[in-house]
Amino acid sequence: MSTRSYAVTDSITMLRRDLKKILRYPTSVIFIVGFPLLFLLLFVYVFGGALGTSVANLGNGSTSYVDYIVPGLVVMTAATGSLGTSSSVNVDMTEGIIARFRTMAIFRPSILIARVVSSMMQTLTSMALIFGVALLMGFRPTAGIGEWIMAIGLLALATFALTWLGVAFGVAAKTLDAASNAPFPLIILPFVGSGIVPTESMPNGVRQFAEYQPFTPIIETLRGLLMGTPIGHNAVIAIAWCVGLSIVGFLWARKNFNRDRTQ
Amino acid sequence: MAITARGLRKSYGDHVVLDGIDLDIAEGTIFSLLGPNGAGKTTAVKILTTLIKADGGQLTVGGHDLAREPDAVRAMIGVTGQFSAVETLLNGEENLLLMADLWHLERRHGRRRAAELLERLDLVEAAKKPVITYSGGMRRRLDLAMTLVGSPRVIFLDEPTTGLDPRSRRGMWQLIRDLVADGVTIFLTTQYLEEADHLADRIAVLDHGRLVAEGTAEELKRRVPGGSIALRFADVAAMDAAARVLGQVTRHDDDLSLHVPSDGAVATLRSVLNQLDSASVAVENLSLHTPDLDDVFLALTGNMERKASA
Ligand SMILES: Nc1ncnc2c1ncn2[C@@H]1O[C@H](COP(=O)(O)OP(=O)(O)OP(=O)(O)O)[C@@H](O)[C@H]1O
Ligand SMILES: [Mg+2]
Repeated sequence: MSTRSYAVTDSITMLRRDLKKILRYPTSVIFIVGFPLLFLLLFVYVFGGALGTSVANLGNGSTSYVDYIVPGLVVMTAATGSLGTSSSVNVDMTEGIIARFRTMAIFRPSILIARVVSSMMQTLTSMALIFGVALLMGFRPTAGIGEWIMAIGLLALATFALTWLGVAFGVAAKTLDAASNAPFPLIILPFVGSGIVPTESMPNGVRQFAEYQPFTPIIETLRGLLMGTPIGHNAVIAIAWCVGLSIVGFLWARKNFNRDRTQ
Repeated sequence: MAITARGLRKSYGDHVVLDGIDLDIAEGTIFSLLGPNGAGKTTAVKILTTLIKADGGQLTVGGHDLAREPDAVRAMIGVTGQFSAVETLLNGEENLLLMADLWHLERRHGRRRAAELLERLDLVEAAKKPVITYSGGMRRRLDLAMTLVGSPRVIFLDEPTTGLDPRSRRGMWQLIRDLVADGVTIFLTTQYLEEADHLADRIAVLDHGRLVAEGTAEELKRRVPGGSIALRFADVAAMDAAARVLGQVTRHDDDLSLHVPSDGAVATLRSVLNQLDSASVAVENLSLHTPDLDDVFLALTGNMERKASA
């Protein structure tokens, strides 16, 4: 007997379950959007006056700080989404519902496939919300339709990678606390990258770290696509990071998924 | 045979939880696994329901080998674990429809089945409320309803009535009997020996990784001493006289009675009465105590703290 013939049916059933829960209890969306949104407001309206004039020289004539900071905060949304994913996957694992699914003759990968798809929908929607607020705040991207499509593709890829990492954290963690703490550094990374201020302005050491961590090339590529700043090697490095992190997340999640985490 | 096991073994690190268990559970019967806390009951259930792997042994469920055809096993079983596995953010009906979809039931059939089970488990009023608002007993019943959606042929129930009030417990017992009447096989673990006594066709007692006894409730009760004949007397003189005649007795001076160990056989009773007759000792009142499963459990698992606290 093979459950493979149920791959599509079961994935749709699982996706429907995930989306129903997200729509009914949008608290995780509030967290996912809320965090980057808070920083957007804080940095533009509170620190923006001081940071803006010194930072916001994008090389394309724009001197508005909101134009500088939006790419970093949109990418940060992929990280807050990852944390939300990790927590909800962990709850499913430890509360026993996934254990129940595992005693049923279903296409098992459908559980994680649906989770990744629903989490990505949730995170990408959150990103759209951030863009919307940013536009109201005076964000003026120079991107044409082609650049927008590439930007969305890049964000989808980054979200895919961080969602798999989130799933892996959630599956590996023994407790909900661990599951929601483990991805936290991901949220901080855009700060220690080119998200808020250019890496050139950072002291040595921090600067090296900032330039080599995965978020900087992703943010730089996105900024280039949206604002027309130079991209250089960043696009290739960004894609390599995303593919690499996706593979790591996927393999790690798969390794632990069949473990029993219930009491 | 609905479930068979030969030499089932499982350890966690150095801790041997199941140390070579053999099981033969016939179709359409209720088998009850008893054992003190930590004996390995849940571990056995998790292994037989494909959740975790055994370290060794040959296992079949519904005629399918667990190691080679886990999906065929999954297609026949239903599981209600020790801790509720329900979707707390959805409502009761949605939980059942989710199960119907995962059992790949045709849509209309799934709806009918969900409605039927809500009715049967007394959840109609709560059907549209989110499970997070359910009481523990309601969650337990929903959990069982979810298990039944696909009409599984072999059902595992790990302490299904823990936390239920007496009325719900009776309801659950009736439901289990109805299932068995339809030919379903039940593997039941429980902390309530009365429950095993009422329901189970066969009972096994698990202790320190091994089955220390197996049989019907009656067979198990016969294996342990603990039965007695209680004799009550009119005065202390009569009681003293009887104690001299019978020898091995326990005195209960407060109510002027003697307890004589007994295997419950008529011959034993007759011999006791004959001895008293020939010594001309008058007995005012007599009652028989047969051992219950509690005695069996305590004797077999050597768990004396329980007796002390009971
Ligand atoms: N994942 C695990 N890792 C290590 N030890 C475990 C694990 N699961 C169970 N055990 C141990 O195995 C033993 C048997 O546990 P199990 O849950 O099967 O007992 P039980 O008979 O169901 O007990 P209870 O009546 O309390 O439900 C216990 O000593 C427990 O500590
Ligand atoms: Mg248990």
